[in-house]
Amino acid sequence: MTHESLAREAFLEALVYDDPVQLYERAPCGFLSTTPDGVIVKCNATFRTWIGLEAGDIVGRISFVDLLTPGGRIYHETHYAPALKIHDSVREIALDLVRSDGRRLPVLVNATLDRDAEGRARVIRLAVFDATERRRYERELLRAKEAAESAEERARSLARTLQRTLISPTPPTIPLLDVAAAYRPAGDGMEVGGDFYDVFPVGNGDWVAVIGDVCGKGVDAAVVTALMRHTVRALAVSHDDPSRVLEGLNEVLLLHETDRFCTVALIRLRRDDDGWYAVLGTGGHPSPLLVRGSDAPEPCGGDGPLIGVFEHPSFVETSVRLLPGDLLLLYTDGVTEGRRDSDLYGDDRLLAVIDGHRDSAADLVEAVVADVLDFQRQEARDDIAVLAIGVPLP
Amino acid sequence: MDAAVKFNVTVSGPADGQPMVFAHGFGCDQHMWRHVAPAFADDFRVVLFDLVGAGGSDLSAYDPVRHATLQGYADDVLEILHELDLRDVVFVGHSVSAMIGALAEVAEPDRFAKLVMVGPSPRYIDDTSYVGGFAEEDILDLLDSLESNYLGWSAAMAPAIMSNPDRPELGEELTESFCRMDPAVARQFARVTFLTDARPELARVTTPTLVLQCTDDLIAPVAVGAYVRDAIPGSRMTTLEATGHCPHLSAPDETIAAMAAFVRGGPGE
Repeated sequence: MTHESLAREAFLEALVYDDPVQLYERAPCGFLSTTPDGVIVKCNATFRTWIGLEAGDIVGRISFVDLLTPGGRIYHETHYAPALKIHDSVREIALDLVRSDGRRLPVLVNATLDRDAEGRARVIRLAVFDATERRRYERELLRAKEAAESAEERARSLARTLQRTLISPTPPTIPLLDVAAAYRPAGDGMEVGGDFYDVFPVGNGDWVAVIGDVCGKGVDAAVVTALMRHTVRALAVSHDDPSRVLEGLNEVLLLHETDRFCTVALIRLRRDDDGWYAVLGTGGHPSPLLVRGSDAPEPCGGDGPLIGVFEHPSFVETSVRLLPGDLLLLYTDGVTEGRRDSDLYGDDRLLAVIDGHRDSAADLVEAVVADVLDFQRQEARDDIAVLAIGVPLP
Repeated sequence: MDAAVKFNVTVSGPADGQPMVFAHGFGCDQHMWRHVAPAFADDFRVVLFDLVGAGGSDLSAYDPVRHATLQGYADDVLEILHELDLRDVVFVGHSVSAMIGALAEVAEPDRFAKLVMVGPSPRYIDDTSYVGGFAEEDILDLLDSLESNYLGWSAAMAPAIMSNPDRPELGEELTESFCRMDPAVARQFARVTFLTDARPELARVTTPTLVLQCTDDLIAPVAVGAYVRDAIPGSRMTTLEATGHCPHLSAPDETIAAMAAFVRGGPGE
């Protein structure tokens, strides 16, 4: 026989063998027909084999819903059956069949409801697909989704914890000094930003206030932020001059394996018999503003180079005798570089808001943050840190 | 936000008609009443709504604390009654909403004229001599079923329920939201529905009540319907020939007929 005639013979054989009865009985899916109420009137051999029952035990004796798990029955009655009656068709309903030996068979069910010419429900036809592997895969998928969600939640919680660690939420209470600070992370606040501030004692009546901004965001920036914050504390206990502390920070950051740089403004505050004496230094940071009486706020602290960029930077210092009623305002560039569309918040808006809030550190900080956030329609694109230190009126 | 928006309230019938509020049960939405509610719209002011999380309700109105008990859902019903200033209300509740209606009635009995409970069950879990029909693990099994089905729906966004091109009259207003619920809400609502024991509340119901009981209802068996009838003072029960849990879908005419005499009759009729 030729190849062609062999092929033709095989074709005819398959055609004759797979008559409609064989096609129905041995289809690779379960077929069932039920009354509109669900009583099984017909089912194929594939389905009977899956269930482990003879036709005589099934037909006219049980309903499709009887073959489901109890939970599946509730689902059937509350979702599947109503949907079938409304739409005349449901698709890919996931259910578990209970076999005669008690084992479960996960299946997907498609069903159609046939009506007569008057619209009366006549018969429900179901095609049932073995979904064992698919269900296992879906469960894995679901577990993976849950794992991903919980990992994300852990990461967010870690970010929040780090944020709290890096930013002192409330500055300490210092006798005869009025201190307030605020920090607003950019966006939804779920990423650790690079802004930081700290106020800490280095002796009796001897304090350091620092504000800074490490470039960039995320964990890498957070590492540098932590390094800077702790290094400031370590340097400040052995170096009185802000410029020496800034030099130390610069050296540490240069030696650290990072391309990141940062900006810092540092104030050494000492109390003597005449009140508070402040020495200020900055490294690439907006100059702190001295708010005195009704005068225009005055930048002080010079303009030293960025920290972590140059080999031998030189920093300048400014000294100020703080008078009762004076306020020093420190802020990061998230304030002045706040954006609304192509508009910058800028120095003028900052000076304007300071003008109306010269009475206390807390009032000033709150007003600045509120104004910047208002300007950006409450959505800060960069972190905002603000720190104010004032000498209260007697 | 307005209750009307939150709960996707739709009103039909004469504005001065006696209010008739239909509440759907666990699983679907107000479209469940499509074959029954219109039969009362000639003389009643028919009010339909979706339970929070179901159908066209506003998901943001879902509050995990408020909706951790059926009372929260009952308070939602009262919110609707207050906003629309509905009094002398005929309240028709299917399944869990029969109990939600009972709780609302107990809180503000003066607002209600009659209660119709379709397939009610005050407790689904068996309890010593009480047969609710389910064991606690069956409910966990249900949560599994929900999870399996929502997984496919939410991941692929494939319409699990097709509208039928041969019967276009069904398709238009029926969105794909029918029988869909936010998975997290559905899970919580399933817990609240099937793990609540509302039996102690039944004796406190004072409004004339009709229990509509189906033959062969897997979710709310005849004995449970009889329990509800016995527990609510002065209530009565009508057993329908309809089978299953949703006679308003499978046998709307019989359901309408069984309700009509009761809701159109005088007080306590």
